Amino acid sequence: MQPRQLATKKPFEAVVQEQGATVLRVCRAVLGVHDADDAWSDTFLAALQSYPALPAGANVQAWLVTIAHRKCVDHLRAGNRRALPTDNPPEQSSRLGIPGGGHPELLDAVAHLPPKQRQAVAYHYIAGMPYKDIAELLGVTPEAARRSGADGVKALRAALAPKPVLAHSSPKGDSK
Amino acid sequence: MTLDPSPDLAEVNQLLTPTFGDVEPALASLHARLARDAQLLHTLDVAYRVVDSPVGKLLLAATDRGIVRVAFERENHTDILQVLANTISPRILEAPTRLDNAARQLDEYFSGIRKEFDLVLDFRLTRGFRLSVLQHLPRIAYGETESYAEVARAAGSPNAVRAVGSACATNPLPVIVPCHRVVKSDGSFGGYLGGSEAKRALLTLEAA
Repeated sequence: MQPRQLATKKPFEAVVQEQGATVLRVCRAVLGVHDADDAWSDTFLAALQSYPALPAGANVQAWLVTIAHRKCVDHLRAGNRRALPTDNPPEQSSRLGIPGGGHPELLDAVAHLPPKQRQAVAYHYIAGMPYKDIAELLGVTPEAARRSGADGVKALRAALAPKPVLAHSSPKGDSK
Repeated sequence: MTLDPSPDLAEVNQLLTPTFGDVEPALASLHARLARDAQLLHTLDVAYRVVDSPVGKLLLAATDRGIVRVAFERENHTDILQVLANTISPRILEAPTRLDNAARQLDEYFSGIRKEFDLVLDFRLTRGFRLSVLQHLPRIAYGETESYAEVARAAGSPNAVRAVGSACATNPLPVIVPCHRVVKSDGSFGGYLGGSEAKRALLTLEAA
């Protein structure tokens, strides 16, 4: 017999409201904006399916990031396999402009990181996951996970640092 | 320059936010897609939506068997959803389409066009004598009232007047199952889980 209170779990809607944005940022960091929507949908659909089995006191965000990681890996693999355009493109309207607008250089910078660095940066810095958990997800040692995160951040900093040559620095303050 | 600066979360997030920060527009359509997919895959145990009405915002919730809960604002919708999560299933999403029909019929009712509801109801949140009381209530015609004692008789337990009161007070489907048509024998309104103002408003609407 368990006291009822231990068994209570938030409605899944609250989980989507609280974690939806973080999971989407994680998916975008790992996959890029284009595939992130599909990965997000796969993640929350799978999470909804297995939500009743999640222990009541569990860390919901870590659980979601773990699912998102697997779904993103599926997408990365599918992307690698895909030499030709897909037969059935996802049914969705295109959004105008680049989500997050005005910083294509940043998208680019993230996209150019090796996948492990992108993952480590996303899971640690966006989702706040400890490196020992990230290590488990990535199948590497905690030290290696930490190094991936640090290298990723270093590369991002380098890519995004104000250039010594000022010719391309105008986009920064444009939209203000 | 330090050799290995340990960047903190805030700084890196600041670095990433311009790209990944603007997720809100995408989230709305992703939520709608999730609700639709979950419905198709039968993984959505409770769908809900909130509608405006002359008696305040109403929470409407439905299982795959039918409408399971109507709740007034004063009952606190967040609390109600938590109760549904505890008693039915935590697989709950705001998924308005499952409740399109109910919302439309309520709208017609509040405009005075509709005199009775034609909806499939899920009575799983009630049982026993309370259930037999609730099943009797739709037989009280629009614009009519019955006393708690009359309902007790109709439900087969003439002495269970107080139990009729608690059946009405715990009606999971107010407005649709018209517990507002049960009043005190002296003609006064009696209590109502939506507040006495709401009960007065409903009876006034039906008397028009």
